[in-house]
Amino acid sequence: MGIVDVVEEVAFNLIRQAVIYLPEDVKASLKKAYEEETSEAAKTQLRAILDNIELAEKYRYPVCQDTGTILFYITAGAEFKDLDKIERALINATRRATEEVPLRPNSVDPFTQKNSGDNTGRFIPYINWEIAPGNTLEITVMPKGGGSENMCIAKAIPPGEGIKGVKKFVIETIVEAGAQPCPPTIVGVGMGGGVDIAIKLAKKALLRPLNTPNPDPNLSKLERELYEAANKLGIGPMGLGGRTTVLGVHIDYAFRHPASFPVAVAFNCWAARRASAKIYADGSVEYLTHRGVE
Amino acid sequence: MGVYYLKTPISEEEVRKLRVNDTIYITGTIVTARDQAHRKALEYLREGKALPINLEGLAIFHCGPVVKKEGDKWVVVAAGPTTSTRMDLFEDEFIKNFKVRVIIGKGGMGKRTTEAMAKYGAVYAALTGGAAVLAAKAIKSVKGVEWLDLGVPEALWIFEAENFGPLTVAIDSHGNNLFMDVSKKVEENKIKIYKEIGLTE
Ligand code: SF4
Repeated sequence: MGIVDVVEEVAFNLIRQAVIYLPEDVKASLKKAYEEETSEAAKTQLRAILDNIELAEKYRYPVCQDTGTILFYITAGAEFKDLDKIERALINATRRATEEVPLRPNSVDPFTQKNSGDNTGRFIPYINWEIAPGNTLEITVMPKGGGSENMCIAKAIPPGEGIKGVKKFVIETIVEAGAQPCPPTIVGVGMGGGVDIAIKLAKKALLRPLNTPNPDPNLSKLERELYEAANKLGIGPMGLGGRTTVLGVHIDYAFRHPASFPVAVAFNCWAARRASAKIYADGSVEYLTHRGVE
Repeated sequence: MGVYYLKTPISEEEVRKLRVNDTIYITGTIVTARDQAHRKALEYLREGKALPINLEGLAIFHCGPVVKKEGDKWVVVAAGPTTSTRMDLFEDEFIKNFKVRVIIGKGGMGKRTTEAMAKYGAVYAALTGGAAVLAAKAIKSVKGVEWLDLGVPEALWIFEAENFGPLTVAIDSHGNNLFMDVSKKVEENKIKIYKEIGLTE
């Protein structure tokens, strides 16, 4: 197998793992939420989610019928071979996964409303590239559900409001989203840069495992504060009330223009799917999120 | 807050016993209907035509299922709920004329539907968004499909279900709407939280 074939194979495996098996940190958070909920409706909803996760694993079915838009995050070692062929390999893997897992075809031409049928199309699957030193290739896939995507939003707040303005915007957005993004959600927040940079950071922040403290003490404090505030809102699982509205708030930032303070909020639903692997120059593979899953 | 196991056809009397926050499981016939099926059914009504299936006492499910054909049998692979608000436009007429007793979906429904439920005796039952495998496993067989010309997700799928649930009663037949209660409380909580984190005095 050439290295490009390995990339395709690994990408296919990652998509499959991601849509069937939720990451351990997400499952653990949902279990903890179930134990800590006191309202009947919230407990019922979380129980259903946990049962559904178990059944999906048992029957190897996608954990939610909406298998999302396929997004890749690639960290490419500058010395990794055949970098120009990676994109093709990822597209092929997406097509294969659509047929074999199977995934729901979710890629539609905005002009004709025609569904491509294989989860590919202009810019889709979307690939986020980062170049790093070295000769390995790290692939992360995030199959992103439509219901939570519909609630993502970015705006430029008055810079004078500062971090207070950020807090307000985040809380308002969570209230506005209500039941729609299938709570409990993971909330990603991006600040600064430009509007495009803010939403990019917000979305990427969704990939950070739950309950791993942010190494930046300012962000860590803000995350804690917004997490606690959000869970006092009482929206609850599926918007039926309860103490679990969010499983985590993850924040990242960029420096900003003096006259502009973009803030973005991205949601991932309880079916917060992601899977990662690292491919070495010799073609060996290390699965990072789904060890021990075939 | 009780747990109820209902069998279709469900009577008005049974449905009137249910209150918001109750958990229910349904055994019997559940029929999927989304926007287009709702529109078509109401057209039939206006034209005086009979529906291909009598919906009295049954449960309507806002769902576009994923199905596959095995031989000449349909098998349900995934059957998660879709957002119900889109059906708010039609549901009052539906409840009034076809006497459906349970509407299953996600995200809740508005005032119009809540009033119709109080008047004619029906409940809205929330199914966990995304819990498609759980739902599919409770569907024991596909009894039939009508209006397949609308496409697989929009057709009327007639399911035979066993203990379909858990469903949370979110609108009952006494004018209570859990989603509206929650959003009222959330607005109140929001004001408190703003104070706590120093956003307002
Ligand atoms: S928001 Fe997430 S859990 Fe809900 S239906 Fe969409 S993909 Fe599934």
